[in-house]
Amino acid sequence: MEETRHKTLILILARELATNLATPVFVVDPEGTLVFYNEAAEGILGDPFDVVGQLTRDQWATMFSPEAPDGTPLQPEQLPLVRALKDHAPAHAQIRITGRDEVRRDIAVTAFPLLVGGEEFAGAVAIFWERGTAEGHRGPPGTRGPGGNETG
Amino acid sequence: MRIRVWGCRGSLASPGPETIRYGGNTSCVEVRLDDGTLIILDAGTGIRPLGLSLLPDPPPTIHLFLSHLHLDHLEGLGFFLPVWQPGADLHIWGPPSPVRTLEQRVARYFSPPLFPVHLSEIPAHPKFHDAPEAPVRIGSGTIISEPIAHRGPTVGWRISEDGRSLAYLTDHEPAQGVDLGSMSPEWISGYQVAQEADVLFHDAQYTAEEYLERQGWGHSSVDDMVTFARACRVGWPVMFHHDPLHTDDDLEKMQAHARALWQSDGGVGEGPKLAHEGMELDLS
Repeated sequence: MEETRHKTLILILARELATNLATPVFVVDPEGTLVFYNEAAEGILGDPFDVVGQLTRDQWATMFSPEAPDGTPLQPEQLPLVRALKDHAPAHAQIRITGRDEVRRDIAVTAFPLLVGGEEFAGAVAIFWERGTAEGHRGPPGTRGPGGNETG
Repeated sequence: MRIRVWGCRGSLASPGPETIRYGGNTSCVEVRLDDGTLIILDAGTGIRPLGLSLLPDPPPTIHLFLSHLHLDHLEGLGFFLPVWQPGADLHIWGPPSPVRTLEQRVARYFSPPLFPVHLSEIPAHPKFHDAPEAPVRIGSGTIISEPIAHRGPTVGWRISEDGRSLAYLTDHEPAQGVDLGSMSPEWISGYQVAQEADVLFHDAQYTAEEYLERQGWGHSSVDDMVTFARACRVGWPVMFHHDPLHTDDDLEKMQAHARALWQSDGGVGEGPKLAHEGMELDLS
């Protein structure tokens, strides 16, 4: 169900930053609800955010069938963004996902929490770099790391 | 509640023959609740004449709500007579910071070389409060605040009493990096404090052309102010934080443009009005 609760300024600013970046970005609120991903992320995930809409943590953590680089399925708790949400600390990993376009992609993910001060936690952000498709070819432009290099 | 504007200039006090009609003092607005409670919004240079107007019998308790700590919103505080009165019950509310307390940040202004007297030497010994995260009751009014998009910690304030409300967002750039007109309300900075307010005091510092060169400075164009006010369904937008380089004639051209936008978008009434020193509104 679409969440219409007013967003905190930190989430608003995170969304504005993401909107203007060519790097794929996820933004989640303190409960882990995916409240936004940018146009650059559409290349990895397969659909615009306006089509997908807001997703709960359990939905987004499983819908892209995350795997380790060796093909071992990953539990939600192993994903960097879930770890950043849970631990309130940065996390990084190289994983493989299957987008809604059915293409399997190797990506590097760095997630960090949005800590406002004191006990206030505003959510978390994940940035993605595509390292290549599992079939050995690159994804479309705009979904790679800076300069088109492999990053990890 | 009754409202009186003591300063509506942005950035820098700008007295002179070209700013006589709208005034040159920086941000300060007096709000009197129906039970007599005095609330002051910001401590720009307009707070100096406000302090004088309180003599000879200033109210026993004064609540000062700071939107943020840029100098044009704080520089008058040292010249506000009640701070020099021992025993004055002065409460200063302002945006929280993750790094320093409100008192520590205000103390940077109240210290040499910026000011000759230290905050600890101020006879009134103000009490400092972070802007509340939940509604608070002050006198006969209810106050809410919300962090808003500007440079550095900044809050918008909303004062409600008997079903009428004033929203105060004088330094605000909700359109930075986004198409404000296409955004859903829950993603608009300041929406929570401004939605369906009877009166909205809002940043309208720049023309659309000027804004193109000043994006990210924390202020709004007239066009974005109208878009924001329409999105928030406010009753009456008041253009605030006039640019120090804008003459009275410049401001009136901006008001005419704002009203044309307002009416072309289906707005009711005469539309946006320029704040001016001495402007009074009665929301009772």
